Amino acid sequence: MRIPCPFCGARDSREFVSRGDAAPVRPAGDEADAMFDYLYLRDNPAGVFEELWYHAQGCRNWLRVRRDTLNHAIAHAELAHAERGA
Amino acid sequence: MTAQPYRLSAGGLIDRTQTLSFRFDGKPYAGHPGDTLASALLANGVRLFGRSFKYHRPRGVLTAGSEEPNALVTLREGARAEPNTPATTIELYDGLAAQSQNRWPSLRFDAMAVNQLFAPLFVAGFYYKTFMWPAKAWEMLYEPVIRRAAGLGALSGLEDPDHYEHDHAFCDVLVVGAGPAGLIAAREAARAGLRVVLADESPLPGGRLLSERVELDGKSGCQWAAAMLGELASFANVRVLMRTTVFGRFDQGEHGAIERVADHLPAPRPGQPRQRLWKIVAQRTILATGATERPIVFDGNDRPGVMLASAVSTYLNRFGVAPGRRAVVLTTADSGWQTAADLVAANVAVLAVIDTRDVVPADLAEQMRAAGVTVLSGGQLVAAKGSPLSSVIARDAAGHTRHFAADLLAVAGGWNPQVALAAHLGHKPAWRADIAAYVLGDAPDGLSAAGAAEGAFGLAGTLASARAAAVTAIAALGKAAMPAPLPLVEEQHHAVSTVWTSGPCKAKAFVDFQHDVTASDITLAVREGYTSVEHLKRYTTLGMATDQGRVAQVNGHALLAAATGRALAETGTIRARPPVVPVAIGAFGGHHRGRQFRPERRTASHDWAAAQGAQFVDAGQWKRAQWFPRPGETTWRQSVDREVQATRNGVGLCDVSTLGKIELAGADVGALLDRLYINGFANLPVGKARYGVMLREDGFVFDDGTVTRIAPDRWFMTTTTANAAPVMRHIDFARQVLWPELDVQAVSVTEQWATYAIAGPRSRELLAAALPDVDMSNAALPYMGAVGLRWQGHAARLYRLSFSGELAYELSVPARLGAALVEHLFAVGKAFDLTAYGTEALGVMRIEKGHPAGNELNGWTTATDLGLGRMASTKKDYIGRIMATRPALADPARPRLVGLSPVDRSSAIRAGGHLLRPGAVAVAASDEGYVTSACYSPTLGHPIALALLAHGAERHGEEVVVHDPVRGADVRALVGDPVFFDSAGERLRG
Repeated sequence: MRIPCPFCGARDSREFVSRGDAAPVRPAGDEADAMFDYLYLRDNPAGVFEELWYHAQGCRNWLRVRRDTLNHAIAHAELAHAERGA
Repeated sequence: MTAQPYRLSAGGLIDRTQTLSFRFDGKPYAGHPGDTLASALLANGVRLFGRSFKYHRPRGVLTAGSEEPNALVTLREGARAEPNTPATTIELYDGLAAQSQNRWPSLRFDAMAVNQLFAPLFVAGFYYKTFMWPAKAWEMLYEPVIRRAAGLGALSGLEDPDHYEHDHAFCDVLVVGAGPAGLIAAREAARAGLRVVLADESPLPGGRLLSERVELDGKSGCQWAAAMLGELASFANVRVLMRTTVFGRFDQGEHGAIERVADHLPAPRPGQPRQRLWKIVAQRTILATGATERPIVFDGNDRPGVMLASAVSTYLNRFGVAPGRRAVVLTTADSGWQTAADLVAANVAVLAVIDTRDVVPADLAEQMRAAGVTVLSGGQLVAAKGSPLSSVIARDAAGHTRHFAADLLAVAGGWNPQVALAAHLGHKPAWRADIAAYVLGDAPDGLSAAGAAEGAFGLAGTLASARAAAVTAIAALGKAAMPAPLPLVEEQHHAVSTVWTSGPCKAKAFVDFQHDVTASDITLAVREGYTSVEHLKRYTTLGMATDQGRVAQVNGHALLAAATGRALAETGTIRARPPVVPVAIGAFGGHHRGRQFRPERRTASHDWAAAQGAQFVDAGQWKRAQWFPRPGETTWRQSVDREVQATRNGVGLCDVSTLGKIELAGADVGALLDRLYINGFANLPVGKARYGVMLREDGFVFDDGTVTRIAPDRWFMTTTTANAAPVMRHIDFARQVLWPELDVQAVSVTEQWATYAIAGPRSRELLAAALPDVDMSNAALPYMGAVGLRWQGHAARLYRLSFSGELAYELSVPARLGAALVEHLFAVGKAFDLTAYGTEALGVMRIEKGHPAGNELNGWTTATDLGLGRMASTKKDYIGRIMATRPALADPARPRLVGLSPVDRSSAIRAGGHLLRPGAVAVAASDEGYVTSACYSPTLGHPIALALLAHGAERHGEEVVVHDPVRGADVRALVGDPVFFDSAGERLRG
């Protein structure tokens, strides 16, 4: 599997570390339940999935990758913080 | 021994001017360059190649290619011995030695052939039925007996002396197979300017052309293919990989291929890999893999001398070998007649052509009759007899039994397009009744089949199909095709019918030759309810042998369909999985073996430490000096005790370069550190260091280390050796994903700095002498202070940090100066009796000081467990804060870090021992914790240990039992503070 790193180009997946679901957002408050959900509750869809991948053996950027879990087709990859405009 | 009685007087793609000698089962034979082991043995009249897996039936050669199920031999001897190698794929070389397999005591007389008498025992599913009980008997009796009786070749058990390479290729079009279709498709893609990789398992291009007497543009198949390959080689955008099998197709156009670089040589040349594993990434793949011929299921169809018709043609035309002297051809397809004609042309007596079809091509039949051949249209084969084959019993259309004294039976049962590669990603082949074959059907993305692999049988159709496939692929890649004219060929008859069995199939009629699966096994499986192809496969082991059932599979499905009253389109075929051919594990390992299994990281002064006689220990990929034995020291303890005492009483030096080092810069580093560590950092003054503890988001301790503020916006962090990479990833996650609004840059500088701990009461004196320009006074460089300096003109840093509990410093210089610094310190240090110490002494001193390290930072401990809970700030949010307050993590009964000293001062406490109350029964319910780290303390003069003990903080002064039933007797120990030495910390502040 290759991941199109927006910084490095298409690179072998062995250079990356997967974190999984990109959807959970770290809660800001003191709510233990919200933190529990953030930490442990994960979807595991068969199909298109937004995931976080870290280009550990490359540019060290965290990427948001849209991958089809059925066939590893990657529709899109962007820097994780690009979405928030930082 | 040079007579080759079955070698034809002329013809074949062999070099008759050279003779190669080789041995099979110790007996010498002769062959020629261009031969395979199979063709050379056949030329020498050898019919018997091995014994079958289960019944030890004598077996010969069935095919002439990599799909061979029978003629498996062990090639080479000693460490290079390779079992289960198809003799049909072994290129002959001078001095070759091969052994037959699965026979005892000899191939001709095999004692295990008595298995045939017990055949009812070995039916489908016999493992599940026969040996139900007693369980013990499995281990003691059944399994050893079965393993001896059933099996293939054995590994040598010796280390593989050869090496294997990995390589990568990227292309627009990968063409698998360099037969007529592959050559045409590759040329079209090359002419369109696409990057092409063409791979073929054979040493020669041409595929089936090498086996048939055909002409293309007036050239022989061999000449035409060679010319095509020459033309392809002239394209800069084409890479041809011969002797290369594409064995798997994976996601995103990745393919695995194995190139047999040196397997055709007696041994690889110096520096030459034996095989090369290719990862080929292609935008589009064209399967020009051709088709393999099917056998027909009849009684005795596995006897040596029964051979696929296509293989007979190959041995005649490519190798100049007659696989027999008196042949019968059994066919359900037009292609069998071609083989009959080949036999006639080679002056082999053809006794009969039996075509199961009532209507046969008139011109072919007429040709045969003219040559004096008996033609039985609408005929049946009843049985093949003799071992090797001596007689063929047939029945003509009128029902009369006919006997033929044949030693060769050529069988043509139709053709299976080779589309396994397409199925590797889950694609299901579709049944095409008109050609009686599973074909690609709706091709998956990026893949198409060409030629016979597409179901286009007959040479003209093959060529046209290949060009069409190439034109489609070229268009899909946005290029314009520039089609070249196709070569002129004669049209061939290529009709196929659906006949799977012949005769009664009551005795041994084999479907899967390699796994000894018979027609009756299939009907039995169906009777027992295994009616799906995947169940059938697993119950009967059909198609699960090393040949992947390439000749067996479809026949098995056809019998299944017949037994269940379904159509083949309905039963479907099994999902083929990679690899298409067996691939040596060594090839996947490549260079990653032995010392090259993974990279080795050495610190800047590694060679210096080695010269001091250091014993090294692996810390991840790092090599760290464990201790430095001196002459006269006979045990590691003597060295370690000396190193500890020298440090505690004088001065010692330890290489701590392997600690993770991260430099952070930006206006918001303090804010980020506040969120990464449980304690506060934003208020850390410039020139000061602070110890910090990091949690994971789930509340458990992740890592610890120090952070030094070098400048208002520049900070320097250390991590544990083991967590250097995970902490870097964690920081990047925090600054890129969690809080991208923070102005923080971070970079790992672990390998940029060489760092040495200089510890002991005389460390200040030593450094004052070694660094005369630096003010070493307590005021200028207090405990937890840091200064920048220059050493030999380069930036260096001196930190006053202590892991040992002594007055201590850490001195960092650019990594390339590390060795020079160590030499310098020891030169100056002579006057101070400077002693090098390793990780063991480091560990002893940290246990004496109660510092948690890897054994305590084990992912199951909280900051409070480790006695670090009071560091946690309540004035800020940080990673892990909320989850650390979970009831289970805040439970006061959780095991807490304590120190243990043996009551009897001479008893050692072992790490891993479990803690019990005195008198408690030694069961899991009584378990109160465990020992994490233990050592002998030369400072205190007795063994000590750190442990995690339930309610530990309140139990100082109590006695516990360290229970260690696996390694030793129970030890009584006194619970106390984890800090054994200088608990006020006076030594490090002075």
